[in-house]
Amino acid sequence: MEANEILAKAESLRNGLSTGFRDEIVKSLYTEAENIAKRAVKSTSNKKYDFDQKIDRLVTSPYAGLPIMLLLLSLIIWLTVSGANVVSGWIAVVLFGIGDYGRALFNQIGMPWWITGFIWDGVYLGLAWVVSVMLPPMMIFFPAFTFLEDLGYLPRVAFNMDWLFKKTGAHGKQSLTMAMGFGCNAAGVIATRVIDSPRERLIAILTNNFVPCNGRFPTLIMLATVFVAASFPPALTSLVAAGTVVGVVLIGVMFTFIASWILSRTVLKGEASAFTLELPPYRRPNISRILYTSIIDRTIFVLWRAMQTAAPAGALIWVLANIHLGDSNLARIIADWLNPFGLLLGLDGVILLAYIIAIPANEIVVPTMMMVYMGAGMMINGPTSSTEIFDLLVNGNGWTMLTAVNLMLFALLHNPCATTIMTIYKETKSLKWATLSVVMTLGTAFIVTFLTATIARLLGWA
Amino acid sequence: MTNTKTVLPTEHCETCPAFTQLEQMGIKVGDFDRVVALAGNPNTGKSTLFNALTGLKQHTGNWPGKTVTRAEGGFEFNKMRYKLVDLPGTYSLLSASQDEEVARDFILFGQPSCTIVVCDATSLERNLNLVMQVMEITENVVIAVNLMDEAKRKGLEVDARSLSRDLGVPAIAITARTGDGIHTLLGAVSDVIEGKIETKPLRVNGTPEFQKAVNELVPMIEQMAPGIPNARWLAIRLLDGDARVQKALSTGELGDIVSRQQRADVKFSGKMSVEGRQITIRLRSSQEHLGDIHKEK
Repeated sequence: MEANEILAKAESLRNGLSTGFRDEIVKSLYTEAENIAKRAVKSTSNKKYDFDQKIDRLVTSPYAGLPIMLLLLSLIIWLTVSGANVVSGWIAVVLFGIGDYGRALFNQIGMPWWITGFIWDGVYLGLAWVVSVMLPPMMIFFPAFTFLEDLGYLPRVAFNMDWLFKKTGAHGKQSLTMAMGFGCNAAGVIATRVIDSPRERLIAILTNNFVPCNGRFPTLIMLATVFVAASFPPALTSLVAAGTVVGVVLIGVMFTFIASWILSRTVLKGEASAFTLELPPYRRPNISRILYTSIIDRTIFVLWRAMQTAAPAGALIWVLANIHLGDSNLARIIADWLNPFGLLLGLDGVILLAYIIAIPANEIVVPTMMMVYMGAGMMINGPTSSTEIFDLLVNGNGWTMLTAVNLMLFALLHNPCATTIMTIYKETKSLKWATLSVVMTLGTAFIVTFLTATIARLLGWA
Repeated sequence: MTNTKTVLPTEHCETCPAFTQLEQMGIKVGDFDRVVALAGNPNTGKSTLFNALTGLKQHTGNWPGKTVTRAEGGFEFNKMRYKLVDLPGTYSLLSASQDEEVARDFILFGQPSCTIVVCDATSLERNLNLVMQVMEITENVVIAVNLMDEAKRKGLEVDARSLSRDLGVPAIAITARTGDGIHTLLGAVSDVIEGKIETKPLRVNGTPEFQKAVNELVPMIEQMAPGIPNARWLAIRLLDGDARVQKALSTGELGDIVSRQQRADVKFSGKMSVEGRQITIRLRSSQEHLGDIHKEK
């Protein structure tokens, strides 16, 4: 029996049936379901519209919906910034203290200088940096975000943003996958499987990286705290820093829209398709589970991943910094060589070198950058507080506000991390789309930083 | 047995004559006697039930569409070993998005010993649509009416026995979050598999001419793909002009799926598939998913 025969037979049988036969069946199915449900369910209360619906009217209202969303995001980020600032200092003091102690111990027992240097000034310093910069914000940000998620707020976000995505020619569910991207871009890419249309799914995959993931948040938070907020009175520091991070996130969302719009009018032409989104009931989050999963599962995981890259990166930087060529060392030579291009983007050579070294997990760019500054002899001691970091970078290495702003933009827009690229390749099964995801984001990062640097210089701001 | 942090039986249970041993087996590799699928609309608590039964930490989240591939875990109940497959939540089995296809292919071709359809007690009517579609495909269905606590809070009284009577399959009221009713549910599943409960799923047969057309197609499909388990359902889909099924038929994909699923079934029944175990999408679950990427390599 051939498939074609069966298909032909089905075709002729279908034509023989009265039109709308299936509609009849479907209709009777629905009627049946209605009757069965009516018999099984009894309502014991009269209040038809309960509390959930009242809240939903507010948080998904056309006027209050978006402002409430922004307010919640700002609140989470503000909590993170103001809390992390304190803890970060303590952790740095402890970890760098251990480093000093270890170095002294190694010297005492007569270890060769290069073993001491490689271990304590290379590998250990890399680890210490990553932990002190990334751990505190994660410990506050993750539980707070998870709380909103468990509550059932995410689908409301999708609901509020649906019309925006539709306008760009993308799928409304992209706001869900975008929200996932705040957690982890690779997870966001996999989450796009909920989007039926292949065209819209590709748009969601390619633009997911424009929202900063958990790994990149600490970078943004640190830069915002140390640089942007530093010129404001201390009382306002955390507010300004939080506002800056929210601003960067909004820029990321804006780029998501722009990129979606361009994609759906060029390589991925088409109309947005409709979909149904169910708003689940609000559920009381289970606090102990939130703490467990966000701290143990997520924080430790992200940190572990960062440490795995930071240790070899620290080692590599130490080696580069200790291969002396004439008066200089290899790290400095490479950084100097990259410097003109870096300056063009409003960054510098050290930042670009750090970016290249940290490619496998590029969320650790800032710690890597610190290590390069120190390793290349541009910074003497590990700074332990944000004022020290500020002092060393600005006074010691010529950073300006432009450098900080552009580094934030660069961290927001540059290519996905290696894991995400691999995930994109696996999900699309296409080298072309995986490559485009890198070219598109990195291209955007270069263009945007170049433009801001040029404009800032023309206007005499930098 | 290593993983015995069962949440359900307490000391009191052990003295109860109805006590039956439930042991969560996580992803322990071993032989499984039975395969049970978990289907249901999005956000009805399938993953919560999955976790309660297997002791795994499949991440649960309060938003629809969280599980996009199937996750697998094991448990032992009354000395029988079960493999539990958590399917992505779907409203229907008719559309072609990737998550719905995963669910449909498994129920269709994976030939689970029993399919549990998890329903939301607070919106039963909409949930019944999927129940009836699953019952079109297989007779071994047990309905878990979940979120009974939420229904109660909303002032709804749900009579599971009335559902059983109307649908012709067991319907058990449960609250997966607290474990309420889970033992009864498993009892029903085991009884259905052993034939102690004979199910008579409610099916809408349509007009006599429609039935005649179905009966003409079924033998043809069975002849083309011997061993195909759900020829009747496919015949209905073909009469309905389901483009996806037509394509699957003409490209030979259908035969491939059947053989693959059957092969996989043989393989999985003896061994837990680690791949895809917890590729669940949730903010906080990124680590599992990343872990899996490495495992798959």
